[in-house]
Amino acid sequence: MTIDTPASTTASSVRGTSTPATRVLGVLSIAMTLWLGVFGLLLSPADRDQGDAVRIMYVHVPSVWLAYLAFIVTAFASAVHLFGRRHSLQADRVAGASAEIGVVFMAVTLVTGMLWGRITWGVYWQWDARLTTTALLFISYVGYLAVRGLEGSREQRARRSAIVGLLAVLEVPLVHWSVKLWRSLHQEATVLGTDLDVSLDGLMLFSLFVGVVAFTLLFLWLLLHRSRMLTMIDLSAESGLDTALAQRRAEGGASV
Amino acid sequence: MTNAGFILGSYALTFGSIVIFAWRTVKVGKRLSADISDEDKPWL
Amino acid sequence: MSSPSRLQVARVVFAKDVRIERRSKVLTSQIMPFAVVTLVLFAFALDGDVILQRTAPGLVWLAMLFSSMIIVQRSFALETADGALDALRVAGADMSAVFWGKCFALVIQLLVLELVLLAGAIVMYGIELRGSGVVLLVTSSISATCGLSAVSTIYAGLASGVRGRESLLPLLVLPVASPVLIGATRAAEAAFGTGGTVVSEGWPWLGVLSVFAVVFGFGGSLAFGPLIDD
Repeated sequence: MTIDTPASTTASSVRGTSTPATRVLGVLSIAMTLWLGVFGLLLSPADRDQGDAVRIMYVHVPSVWLAYLAFIVTAFASAVHLFGRRHSLQADRVAGASAEIGVVFMAVTLVTGMLWGRITWGVYWQWDARLTTTALLFISYVGYLAVRGLEGSREQRARRSAIVGLLAVLEVPLVHWSVKLWRSLHQEATVLGTDLDVSLDGLMLFSLFVGVVAFTLLFLWLLLHRSRMLTMIDLSAESGLDTALAQRRAEGGASV
Repeated sequence: MTNAGFILGSYALTFGSIVIFAWRTVKVGKRLSADISDEDKPWL
Repeated sequence: MSSPSRLQVARVVFAKDVRIERRSKVLTSQIMPFAVVTLVLFAFALDGDVILQRTAPGLVWLAMLFSSMIIVQRSFALETADGALDALRVAGADMSAVFWGKCFALVIQLLVLELVLLAGAIVMYGIELRGSGVVLLVTSSISATCGLSAVSTIYAGLASGVRGRESLLPLLVLPVASPVLIGATRAAEAAFGTGGTVVSEGWPWLGVLSVFAVVFGFGGSLAFGPLIDD
């Protein structure tokens, strides 16, 4: 039994999701990330107070920057989908791709932050406003991805997830405010001092800058590839449905 | 380097996650790309 | 026939939910016993009068949070079972009015549950309510309940009629509702004087809880239409 699907009749390249632009971006972000490794681990000096532990900062801060950038892009793309006149599904895919990237980097941020905290504070976790907000935001975006996975049409998925993506923006300041107020009323919080801020000299600041640039490029590269991937997943789900329908019709026609 | 395990571990975790995530993205993209005609890929 | 105003729609939905609850008595026959059992289990787990007294406000609000998940699931299972929400939408009912109706029906049910839980905590955990803390306790509980109801109604509406919603709802609601837990617990601690707190320490939390309720109340009434409308 042969069924013509759009996929099997037209030629398709095996180039995947890459284009010349993403290739340039990819090479740049690999180069910058390697440079970050060299600066962070070898060239930058140890901190006066923290010693070598400060080196974790060069991967931790760029990851948290990337994660929050990803969530801002998700919220923005959600707003474009919801309030735009065309209710663009492409905006929805960008939001989804960005949230996936954000969740991965938020997880990395939380773990590297805990390792850094173990060295500098002696404990993995502190109920500090920044940490707690980040952890709850991480869980919320895991929920956001679960909402994307719910059954329903693509339009339903897009609208639901856009609203969840925008509600998460309301969540951040409220959680941050309440945790901050909670900890400020508890005097014991100040004993350990949750400030990870260190006095940065020129080379340290430069290493951090390299990290932020590297991870921004990396984010763009990942976002392009991943939103293209999501577009193709939608398309193949659609053509899979067409194939299944065609098969059913063929079976029906044969049996009558 | 003191606490080398924690520090190198952080770097390994960060770069490892990036590599795995990027690798999977590209691979799935390649696989899906074979079944979809080029007209449906607005980026090409 | 002119279409009913928002207020009328909200009132009808509210009255319907309360009436269903009064007739089915699920709140009194199932959810309250569950909440009380939770209080008993906390006592087993924490083992000790001093700890229980210290943690009583937090335990009451945890029990509230978990019980509210069950109530809100039920509130929307009723709607989707017969396609009632779709019928309302097709009938042209204003969805933000439906949101307010369902939200306030939930507020009433949760407040009743809260009274039972507070009474349970006073009896079983041995906490004492001071006269000066009553106003703080009542106002903070009401605003916390409004915020919790608004958030739960939004996300329950989103997940209504979808497979797998039972497990998804807590994942969506609990992180967002965490300011409610923090605020309501701290305010109740101040009202009860737990751990030597004074009543005045509780007032900032009333601010947090009110802002939360207002933000998610308006967010919900804006978001509810598009959420259901598909």
